[in-house]
Amino acid sequence: MMRRRFSRLFDRRLKIALGATIVIGVVLMAILAPLIAPYDPYKQDLMYRLQPPVWSDLGDWKHVLGTDNYGRDLLSRLMYGSRLSIMVGVSSALLSAVLGTVLGMLAGYKGGRFEQVIMRFADAHLAFPEILLAILIIAAIGGSALNLILVLGISGWMVYARVMYNLTRSLRERPFIEAAQSHGASDAYIIGRHIFPQLVPVLTVVATLQVAQMILQETALSFLGLGLPPPTATWGNMLAEGRDRLWAAPWIANLSGLAIIIVVWGINMLGNGLREQLDPKSRERS
Amino acid sequence: MALLEVDQLRTVFPAVVGEFAAVDGVSFSLDQGEVLGLVGESGSGKSVTAFSLMRLVSPPGDIAGGSIRFDGQELLALDARAMRRIRGRQMSMIFQEPLSSLNPLHSIGRQVMEPLFLHTDLSRAEARKRALAMLDRVCIPDASRRFDDYPHQLSGGLRQRVMIAIALVCEPKLLIADEPTTALDVTIQAQILDLLRDLQRDTRMAMLMITHDLGVVAEVADRINVMYAGRIVETAPVATLFKAPAHPYSAGLMRSRPDLTQERKRLVTIPGTVPAPHQMPSGCRFAPRCAFANRDCQAAQPGLRHLAPAHFAACIYPLTQDA
Repeated sequence: MMRRRFSRLFDRRLKIALGATIVIGVVLMAILAPLIAPYDPYKQDLMYRLQPPVWSDLGDWKHVLGTDNYGRDLLSRLMYGSRLSIMVGVSSALLSAVLGTVLGMLAGYKGGRFEQVIMRFADAHLAFPEILLAILIIAAIGGSALNLILVLGISGWMVYARVMYNLTRSLRERPFIEAAQSHGASDAYIIGRHIFPQLVPVLTVVATLQVAQMILQETALSFLGLGLPPPTATWGNMLAEGRDRLWAAPWIANLSGLAIIIVVWGINMLGNGLREQLDPKSRERS
Repeated sequence: MALLEVDQLRTVFPAVVGEFAAVDGVSFSLDQGEVLGLVGESGSGKSVTAFSLMRLVSPPGDIAGGSIRFDGQELLALDARAMRRIRGRQMSMIFQEPLSSLNPLHSIGRQVMEPLFLHTDLSRAEARKRALAMLDRVCIPDASRRFDDYPHQLSGGLRQRVMIAIALVCEPKLLIADEPTTALDVTIQAQILDLLRDLQRDTRMAMLMITHDLGVVAEVADRINVMYAGRIVETAPVATLFKAPAHPYSAGLMRSRPDLTQERKRLVTIPGTVPAPHQMPSGCRFAPRCAFANRDCQAAQPGLRHLAPAHFAACIYPLTQDA
């Protein structure tokens, strides 16, 4: 009884609504950062170094979320940081979606040699820790937004390739694909018209969840000092800076960590809600 | 000249040892406007023959030899592009399962228009008009309202009508129907067969009707090929085959039909099963199950022998020798 009410509480509509609100809110914040941020995120004000947030005894409304070691306004830095996190997260998720979907469909539809080469490569890539690969590449080519997108995008393709490969392979055996061939349709036509449209719902869910993964990865790389070099405001950089002053100024690490958690949580909730929405079994239940 | 001439067609699938010929030296011809039944039990190679004609044998299966001449062209010599232009335009196919053969995400109207988009330069509006006319022709009630319906909204019989509409919308010269009524219930079966027969008479197209159901071929076909273990064992006009089958296998098939005029305890069956691919007998493939076989039958594979006009059987001791 209790269990049921609780699962009702977090039913898919609420998940989608809450997730979408968070995602839209963060995206708006990122887009409007120059207009709504109270300060320049890079302007140092040494008089106001390590100012605590407004709810602490020493805080004041001048810097709502406090300042960092150089007196830069934390709220402004968080707002600007969201732009990078979101841009890198979305772009790299898109890049790997395109790569993985094309390769996965090709392997699933063509089979044979295509399947062997693509899928065995994907297996090998999956066995290799993504973050380690990213560290290797970034260490070699240096950290910039474009490099980050490339590295994360390339290191994420197998997730899509595996899902799309399996779906395509099962679709390929369906008689309507054979029927389309018997009408004289070419492989390209069949992939574009009959196979891809069936993959879109699943692709949407996987891509949404992958954006959250990519944001986390970007943060991890920045935290390790392999993202964009300081003083660029990224959430990972801010977390790394906050780590050094965890005792003196805990709010720096706490607030940037909280920002990451909220965004990833929101995206995951949206993705899971969408997945349930698309799954006919869970749709019928409510 | 015949519309379709198949000569020594051989389609093989890789087996544990060597390969297995699902279709092994099949030859037949089909005239314009003729309906040919292809009858045999499961695994006799009927469907593989049909897919070979369309050159749609799915890998690892492959056409290993023979020739398929269709409308003066050698199909086995065509490249993939030229072959695609024939499929759906000159030669169409309908399948056993009408629901799974339709794409669940596209409306039925869109699916009837698909061959038109693939093979003609018709505009959307013209294609819609022709598709609608075709749906009317296959007797889909209220076709203009149904045009944007999805396959799951239709009954089994209507879905098969849609399949027929898709296959015939480009007015092909040959329709291959692979067990088109097997998945339907009996009353609907009769309607679909009537429809196919009507359309065939109107358009003068040739039809290859593949089935294991003798009732179906009796109703539709002019001539019947009986297949057994990848080979044609008898070919005869419908009436002849039902009255006086010459090959012991065909005779066995005829005897194993339920007969409502006589009260019998149980259905007659042909003893034994189709030989497994790796232990095909060297002589006549039916010999191990045949009541009339002797040592001569095991010596060599019998070819088709002429018994009467249009009547051939691959048996050295044919049952009727009235010719």
